[in-house]
Amino acid sequence: MKKLLVLGALAALLSSGTAMADTSDKKIAFSNNYAGNSWRQAMLKSYEAVTKKAVADGVVAASDVFTTADQEVPTQAAQIQNLILQGYDAIVINASSPDALNGAVKQACDAGIVVVSFDGIVTEPCAYRVVVDFFAMGKQQIEELKKLHPEGGNLLEIRGLAGTSIDEEIHKGILAGVEENPQFKIVNSVTGNWDQTTAQKAVATVLPSLPDIVAVVTQGGDGYGTAQAFAAAGKPRPTIIMGNRQDELAWWKEQKEKDGYKTWSASIAPGVSSLAFWVAQQVLDGRTDVPHDLLVPYLAFTQDDFEAALPNIEVGSVASAEYTQEDAIKAIEANIKK
Amino acid sequence: MTDAVVEPSSSRAANSAARARMLRAMLPALSFALVVIAIAWLNPRAISYFGFSLMLNLAIPIALATIAQMFVIASNELDLSIGTFVGFVGCVTATWLRDAPLVGALILLGSIGVYALLGALIHLRNLPSIVVTLGMSFVWQGLAILTLPTPGGKAPDWLSAIVGFKPPFIPFPILAAIVIALIVHFGLMRTSYGAILRGSGGNPVALGRAGWSILRVKMTLFALAGLFGVLSGMTLVGITTAGDANIGNGYTLLAIAGVILGGGEFVGGRVSPIGAVLGALTLALAASPLLTFMKIPPDWQVAANGVILIVVLAARVLISRRER
Repeated sequence: MKKLLVLGALAALLSSGTAMADTSDKKIAFSNNYAGNSWRQAMLKSYEAVTKKAVADGVVAASDVFTTADQEVPTQAAQIQNLILQGYDAIVINASSPDALNGAVKQACDAGIVVVSFDGIVTEPCAYRVVVDFFAMGKQQIEELKKLHPEGGNLLEIRGLAGTSIDEEIHKGILAGVEENPQFKIVNSVTGNWDQTTAQKAVATVLPSLPDIVAVVTQGGDGYGTAQAFAAAGKPRPTIIMGNRQDELAWWKEQKEKDGYKTWSASIAPGVSSLAFWVAQQVLDGRTDVPHDLLVPYLAFTQDDFEAALPNIEVGSVASAEYTQEDAIKAIEANIKK
Repeated sequence: MTDAVVEPSSSRAANSAARARMLRAMLPALSFALVVIAIAWLNPRAISYFGFSLMLNLAIPIALATIAQMFVIASNELDLSIGTFVGFVGCVTATWLRDAPLVGALILLGSIGVYALLGALIHLRNLPSIVVTLGMSFVWQGLAILTLPTPGGKAPDWLSAIVGFKPPFIPFPILAAIVIALIVHFGLMRTSYGAILRGSGGNPVALGRAGWSILRVKMTLFALAGLFGVLSGMTLVGITTAGDANIGNGYTLLAIAGVILGGGEFVGGRVSPIGAVLGALTLALAASPLLTFMKIPPDWQVAANGVILIVVLAARVLISRRER
């Protein structure tokens, strides 16, 4: 009788052991701070497509998306606290501020919740960060411009949403590129908020006061608006770096067909949200060797391959790549090796 | 409430007015209770010491900002800069107040002084407060970005310790809300100078004829608004642990909504500190936890947030109409 009891206990222990490495009963929430542009819409779409399938396949029990009403930091902090109370096992975050959410993120970690941030990352050490190399993306813009304009010239810079880590990193990358290539000079910078309309208005405001511009360095989502502003002012069209948006690539194609216009396009693939989801799933699965900082490459198009990608992008959307569980495991392995 | 003395036309009318006033004083508590009940029904787990600490701790800075706005509204003015002011204070707290406490404290005291001067400017030049404070909101935002160009900094340790305080039985945010409400209620509703302060919104002409300096009263009210704005920014940074120039931008409108929901009026010096605190807590709960627990599809969440606010505020308007 006693033996039976011991055996029973052992069996129970073993079965609970396997249950630990299984994520089919885990719930993952997504806390998002902004949904108001094409990139964010594509990001939500990618996330939903991938996670719906994961839930249907029984990989995780639930995956819910929460978007805050404004771009305010306290609202998102409160939202994270509510998700803790809801009993989620992991929270994927696109954060409104790299530092100011740390209090709430720490509370989540203390409650035993796995926190994975991407795009807009959080600096709290207990969280995971899926980071696209924005600095490299900014710097590469200058490298690409050097190929097109070896003699250099005046640059106009379009900045993104002020105060975000993304805007800061791209900006730093651009500055580093200019420092290495002093033939380029940034003569002015305006805020485009990654949004065509805002960029167009901002550029139109400064254009009359600017000297001749050879190229515009951008952050994505602002290239088409910039082009419109130059066209409306009747100024010569500079080389405008694009950001993988459908309207931007379509404009580029139109210009290329007209007179062989050359530029370069890069942005973070919105599907990186699905990569963050799989990273969270991997950690919940019991992987303990996942580095807290995962660097993933950005998505770029050149003069030769952008036209092939264009038909796959919906109007008003942005070029994306959806990630699978294998992609996440590969990315984790690649970062462990570093 | 500071209703001017009205000759009752009949005792029945007076009775029903008193009942309506009673109802109106109860309304903030009632709507707060309703939101809490809805949350309890949606997510019983949230009704606990831990739950209330989490759900309400970000409501404390909102309550303080609402009190700040209430002081301004008490004198028939509006402050459109309180949100960015809170952000500015947050940036100063996360940088100067930590690295050089003396300089930080001086800056914060100075900013309260600026608030008092704004009150004087609005009164002396007879300027619309909406215009002056809208202008100031850009000034505060600019100063905040100058102080802290990128999000960061760190809250002083003593501040984090205060907001992280865990009293027995009663969650800290609830305790803090009660203390704030009682202190301001006593100061504004139960002291004679409090009545003078409210009088500047109720009947400034009479106040002036009685020999009180309206200028000084306005400056006091604006300085008090500055003081509570400073407290709001400091607690906010204590909770979030780091500063961000955009951190308080949403507070301007939340604070106005909180005052109105709490039984205040835009004119006439009719405000209620306890109501304002309850209003702020209600808004904080309705906007975030309730919304999260309802599991609304993401496309509708933003709109749902607005609908909840309108429903909560509409209930308030219905009752005040009955009063008339």
